[in-house]
Amino acid sequence: MRQPKIIVVGGGLAGLMATIKVAEAGVPVELFSIVPVRRSHSVCAQGGINAAKNTKGEGDSPWKHFDDTIYGGDFLANQPLVKAMCEAAPAIIDLLDRMGVPFNRTPEGLLDFRRFGGTLYHRTAFAGATTGQQMLYALDEQVRRFEAEGKVHKYEGWTFLSAVLDEQGICRGICAMDLKSMQVRTFSADAAIFCTGGIGAIFGRSTNSVVCTGSAQSALFQQGVHYANGEFIQVHPTAIPGEDKFRLMSESARGEGGRVWVPRQPGDPRPPKSIPESERFYFLEEWYPKYGNLVPRDVAVRAIHKVVFELKLGVEGQPAVYLDVTHLPRELLDRKLEGILEIYEKFLGVDPRVQPMKVFPAMHYTMGGLWIDDENQATNVPGIYAAGECEYHYHGANRLGANSLVSCLFGGMLAGPAAVRYARNLERGADAVPVSVFEREQRRQEEINERLLRQDGKENPITIWKEMGEWMTEHVTVVRYNKNLERTDQKLQELLERYRHINLSDRTKWSNQTLNFARELYNMLILARVITLGALRRNESRGAHYKPEFPERDDANWLKTTRAIYDCGNIRFEYDPVDVSLIPPRPRRYDVQ
Amino acid sequence: MAETKTVLVHIKRQLAPDQKPYWEEFELSWRPFMNVIILLREIAERPVTREGKVTTPVAFDANCLEEVCGACAMRINGKARQACSALVDQLEQPIRLEPLSKFPVVRDLFVDRSRMFENLKRMKAWVPIDGTYPLGEGPRMAPEVQQRAYPLSRCITCGNCLEVCPQVNERSDFVGAAIINQVRLFNLHPTGAMHKRERLEAVMGPGGIHDCANAQNCVKACPKGIPLVESISEVNRDAIRQAIFGWLFG
Repeated sequence: MRQPKIIVVGGGLAGLMATIKVAEAGVPVELFSIVPVRRSHSVCAQGGINAAKNTKGEGDSPWKHFDDTIYGGDFLANQPLVKAMCEAAPAIIDLLDRMGVPFNRTPEGLLDFRRFGGTLYHRTAFAGATTGQQMLYALDEQVRRFEAEGKVHKYEGWTFLSAVLDEQGICRGICAMDLKSMQVRTFSADAAIFCTGGIGAIFGRSTNSVVCTGSAQSALFQQGVHYANGEFIQVHPTAIPGEDKFRLMSESARGEGGRVWVPRQPGDPRPPKSIPESERFYFLEEWYPKYGNLVPRDVAVRAIHKVVFELKLGVEGQPAVYLDVTHLPRELLDRKLEGILEIYEKFLGVDPRVQPMKVFPAMHYTMGGLWIDDENQATNVPGIYAAGECEYHYHGANRLGANSLVSCLFGGMLAGPAAVRYARNLERGADAVPVSVFEREQRRQEEINERLLRQDGKENPITIWKEMGEWMTEHVTVVRYNKNLERTDQKLQELLERYRHINLSDRTKWSNQTLNFARELYNMLILARVITLGALRRNESRGAHYKPEFPERDDANWLKTTRAIYDCGNIRFEYDPVDVSLIPPRPRRYDVQ
Repeated sequence: MAETKTVLVHIKRQLAPDQKPYWEEFELSWRPFMNVIILLREIAERPVTREGKVTTPVAFDANCLEEVCGACAMRINGKARQACSALVDQLEQPIRLEPLSKFPVVRDLFVDRSRMFENLKRMKAWVPIDGTYPLGEGPRMAPEVQQRAYPLSRCITCGNCLEVCPQVNERSDFVGAAIINQVRLFNLHPTGAMHKRERLEAVMGPGGIHDCANAQNCVKACPKGIPLVESISEVNRDAIRQAIFGWLFG
C-alpha cells in the first residue's frame, strides 16, 4: 500500500495536536513553522481552558458549556461540532494532565477550576496565568518525542508561501521559503493541515505575536479557499497599551475576583487607592449584576467604550479604566496570577498587587477564518484542512474566554485523522503528480521575490502597514459605521496601489526579514479587505460586530455565515444558513437577572 | 529652546555567518515607554545611521513581545536579556546591542539556538504517554508538588543561562542549566518519574551535569526566576545516587 505523507503548517497548539494525531496513525508528517514551535503564539494564552468537569458541585455539564458557547457567540456558530467539542473537552483536559501540564490543584490533588467570562460555572482549568505556554510545551514535548523516533520532520524557520494545486485544483503540497537562505522550494504531500493562527498584525498593534499576520490564510484565500465570517473580530477588554503591542491582562484576573472601575468624578486626579468605594463606579457590576465583571468580552468592551467615550469617565481623562486586584490576598495572586502580574510590573514598573492596573481594550482574536465543513475540518479545496484560530467554526460572533484552547486542540484532533483518511483514500497520490506542477508554483513564488527585490519606488512597507493598522483599528473593531467602512476599503485599495511602489531597504539574499515582511504585507492588505467588506455588508449587530445604525440582531436577514470568495482578483460574498438545529436562537441579554 | 531628547544605539552587525562583524550607530528620537524592540522597528522603517549613511534594517528574532516566548534574547549593554522587556529609560546610553555570543549568528542580532532543542531531545524531556486516546484522568498530584513543578516549567528556552555560563564555550558540549532543569521537571512528574533512570543516564553522559562548575551565573540571568542552581544540585544528587546504587536496583 502507498504510504501517504502529510504536511502541517503552523506549530501552535492546533498544529502540534494535528501532528501528534497524524504521527500516531503511523503517517509521516512534515511540520512547518516560522518560529521554533516552542515559541509559537499559543504561549501567550493566559487564563485557562474550558471543560465542564463539574468538580465543584455546581451541576455543570457539557450541554451547559455548549449552551454558554452558542449563546456567547450570538447563535452564529454551526451547532453540531460545537456540541461535540464541549463533550470532548473533559477528556482533552485529562489528556493534557497526563502529558504533564502543571495545572493548579485542589487540596485533594484534583484539577482546580476558576471562573471565566460568559458563564456562571467554575469551568476553566489553569496553570497559573500561563496556561497556553504550559499546554504548548506539553504538546511540543510529545512532538519532540515523535521527532526523535523519526516520525515527524520539522522545518522551523520556514514560512508558507502557497499551496501547490494540480490541474484539478487538488492540493498536492506546499511552497515554502527558508527564512535564512531565502530559498523557495516545494514539498509534496497528500494533504496539508493549516494551523496558522491569528491575524492581529492586520490591526497594527494587537495582543497577538509578531508572526500572527494571517498571511497564510490570505494566500490560501487567493488560491480559492473560502474565508468565513471574517468580519467577526474580538477585541479584548483588558490590555496594556504599548507602542509595539498591546499586552494582554487575562480575563482570569476578573475570574479570580478582579474588579473593573473608574472614578465617578470625570478626570479625578487623586491616586486610585485614595478614592473611597462610594466614589468608584464599578460599571460592569452595576449594569450586569448577574455576570458582573465576567460578562463576555464584546459586552465588556462596549461598556468600556461607553464609559470612556460617551460618559467621559476614563481614568485621568485618558482612554483607560482600572482593573483592580489589590483587594485580593497576595498569596492567591502569586499562586494563580503571577504570570500576568509580572508582565504588568516588568513593562510598566508598577506593582499591580499594590496599585490598580490601567487597561484598555485591544484587538485580540478572529472568530472568522478559513471556511471548513461540518465534520472534518476540511476546506472547500480537496486536500486542504484547517484547525485552530485560522478557521471559523467554533465561536460564532464572539468567542468566550478559555474556549480558544479547547477549540485548537479539538480541531487538531479532528483534522489529523481526517487528513489521514483522505490521504489513504486518494486514488492518485502526490507522488504521481507531474513535476511541472511543482516547478510552476515554485517559479511563480520566486518571481514575486525577484520583483520585490528589483522594484524601485518610494513607498516603505512598514509605513503602509502602520496606516493599515490605524484604519482597521479605528473603523473595523468595536464600533462600525457603514460610511467609515466604505472609506476604509477605499484606503485599503489606495494602500494596495501604493504597495506596487514599495522599495525594499534590504536587497540582500540572506535572512532578509524585509522581503518576507513585504510579502506578508500584501496578504494582510487582501485579508483586511475581506474583513472590512464583510462588515460593511452585514447590516445588523451581533456579538463582536456592532453597528449603531443597526443596533439589533437581525435573524430574519443575517442568521447567516459569511463566505468570502476570491474570484479573478475580486472579492465576492455568498451566505450560508447557520445550523441551529440543537439550540433555537433566543435574545442575548446579559443585563437581566 | 526645547531640545529633543534622543536615544543613542550602537549595534553589532553581521550580514551573514561567514562575514565579519562591524558596528553601526543610530540616533533616534526619544518617546516614553520605549523598549529595544521599538528602537529596532524604528531603524527598520528608516535604516539610516547617525552619520547619515543608508544601511539595511537590523535582523533580529522576536515574537510574543511579552517575555514568554523566549525569542528576543540578545546582549544589551553586555547583559544577556530579552529585548522586549528592556526598557530604554532603564538603560545606560549609548545602548549597545549584540547577538548572544554562545550561539552561531544567523544575521545581526539573530542567532541559531536549535542546539537547545536538540539537547531536550537527548534528555528525553517529555512525559512518555501511551497515546492520545482516552485513558482517563492523569495522576493526582499534591498542590505542593504542582507549586514546585510549575516554576520549573516556565523556562522560555531563551538561552540566557547558557550565554552567561563559563562552561558553555567552544571547547565544551555542556548542555547548560535550562536543559538540566527540564530533567528535574520531568523526574518530578509521577509518570515522568517512571523513566527517571533514562534521563539521569543521559544527563550523566558527555556534556551533561559533570560539566557544571558551579559558577551560579545561570540563576542570576534567568528572566523567569527559575531556581536553576537548586535544579542542578537536585539532579546532581539523583545522578550520584543512581551511579552508586543504581546497579543494586538495575
